[in-house]
Amino acid sequence: MLKIKVQDLNKLFDAISEKEPLYMPLEKAGEANYGLYKTGEKTALDVLKTVKSAKDLFFPQSETIVKFKTEGKNITVEDIREEVKPFVLFGVKACDFKAFEVLDKVFLADPVDTYYQAKRNACTVVTFACRRPEESCFCKVFGIDAANPVGDVTIWKDDENLYWRENTEKGSKLTESVRYLFAEGGEKDVQNQQEETRKIIEKLPFSSLDLSYFENTEMMDIFNRPEWQKLSEACLACGTCTFVCPTCQCFDIREFKASNDQIIRYRCWDSCMYSDFTQMSHGNNRTTQMQRYRQRFMHKLVYYPENNGGLFSCVGCGRCVNKCPQKLNIVKVVKTLGGKKDD
Amino acid sequence: MTDEVLIPKVGVVTDVRRDTPDVKTFRVVGTDGKKLFEHMPGQCAMVSIPGVGESMFSITSSPTNEDYMEFSIKKCGCVTEVIHSIEAGQQITVRGPYGRNFPVEGAFKGKDLLFIAGGIGLAPLRSVINYVRHFRKNYGKVIVVYGARSADDLVDIDEIKNEWSNEENFEVYLTIDRPQEGWNGHVGFVPSYVKEIGLDPNMTAVLCGPPIMIKFTLQGLLELGFNKTNVYTTLELRMKCGVGKCGRCNVGSKYVCKDGPVFRMDEIDELPDEY
Repeated sequence: MLKIKVQDLNKLFDAISEKEPLYMPLEKAGEANYGLYKTGEKTALDVLKTVKSAKDLFFPQSETIVKFKTEGKNITVEDIREEVKPFVLFGVKACDFKAFEVLDKVFLADPVDTYYQAKRNACTVVTFACRRPEESCFCKVFGIDAANPVGDVTIWKDDENLYWRENTEKGSKLTESVRYLFAEGGEKDVQNQQEETRKIIEKLPFSSLDLSYFENTEMMDIFNRPEWQKLSEACLACGTCTFVCPTCQCFDIREFKASNDQIIRYRCWDSCMYSDFTQMSHGNNRTTQMQRYRQRFMHKLVYYPENNGGLFSCVGCGRCVNKCPQKLNIVKVVKTLGGKKDD
Repeated sequence: MTDEVLIPKVGVVTDVRRDTPDVKTFRVVGTDGKKLFEHMPGQCAMVSIPGVGESMFSITSSPTNEDYMEFSIKKCGCVTEVIHSIEAGQQITVRGPYGRNFPVEGAFKGKDLLFIAGGIGLAPLRSVINYVRHFRKNYGKVIVVYGARSADDLVDIDEIKNEWSNEENFEVYLTIDRPQEGWNGHVGFVPSYVKEIGLDPNMTAVLCGPPIMIKFTLQGLLELGFNKTNVYTTLELRMKCGVGKCGRCNVGSKYVCKDGPVFRMDEIDELPDEY
């Protein structure tokens, strides 16, 4: 294990970013989000939850997929894909890192999504252990250890030092390039911090959430529960939950005329909460907000696990708990339909 | 760079045929004059006019056709509106094929086949019917029941009358919803016609058409003693990617684009009623 004084962190960021683009939590307009680090940038490493998750780096909110040129009746297809240069994603919490596994099972499944794959392969992920998870966190429920995430490199931080552990070959390469900034040591400090963190996690209000109902109940029995109506009644269909969610992966494909003869086709995040998500010219298979709300949670808790060996499409980051304007969230769904009600 | 499914191929429309007042059939080849890709009956493709949008259509032509693909497209939305305005020589983009096909090399082999279509529902069935005609010896008796709103709305009527009707051990029953001058065939809805024909419930049935027709026809078939495990249909939901990633056509743990569009009725029974 290696360590570096917190007052030297900017040197570390500068050193990494000199070599490869460095994406990490930055503060902009009072909010923390992943962004490209430049010297002098206001970093926000200590913010527990960035507003948007880190999925942006592999599955951007909007990205061009292909361009077309038209000339009379003729069309030329322009493959705009370029080699993605290696980059570093720094400070990913255990929940967001687990979300990459959830996304991988969609985008890397045959046929592979090459846009996602290229970025995923080019990235060295530095995960950041949580020190003080807060009350909206429930990653423990999904078997995630917030105090010991993996990734290519894992870091821990206390008031004096940042501790660094390489986990993979990619991680070793990154370590090598910044090794001169580090001193040896820190095992005991990390161990102490992990113990403290795990104690906090035990006491978190949602840590006892029980998912066994969703694992042991027939799909149609869950689907037909009358509680969906009441649960969804206050939903505004704003889609905030899907946009801040690290595992939501639904997208739209759209296009626009960039000039008289050039068309840009792009994909962008979409939300199953929107009324036109399933709208066809001959009708809509989900006409009520109850159906759309139910679809989102059935997908995360039942459909996705059924297709992926029991893995849930939720990592307990708690962003939806904090951001839903109507205080509707997956915790409420789990508790209402089958979780423990004693907390 | 590796292939990317979302990047389409350029196709050339070589022929446009008006089938009905709102259905046209488009013949498509690649820019090299050859067929764009191989497919199996029941599979779909994403057809697009860049700048307008992409939509999923069943491939109407049989895979046994070595020269081109055909798409029978009903004018009913933003994309199809523009597609209907194109003329021969126009280039479009196509990607595919997508989805699970009819089991023409599996469960259908050696079976007596019953095809029931309503309106534009003939489009996906034309592919499988012409495939069965091509490999005629592999299948038993064939019955086609096809209905539309009026005689003018029957898609591919020339091929049905001139070719299908002349096949051996191959019966074609046509019907239209309301009486019409010049029509001396059957008048009435498909579900009730199906019950009048006197069908052998051991046949393997394929239904395609508007949801209401499927619902009542299936009821009729079950009354006649058909088993749901021998009845097939296709589902149609909004799609964007075509490969089970964009999330739009998700019903239960299935994605209609890759797990469908062909489903057996007993498989559909296991899905939430959101299709």
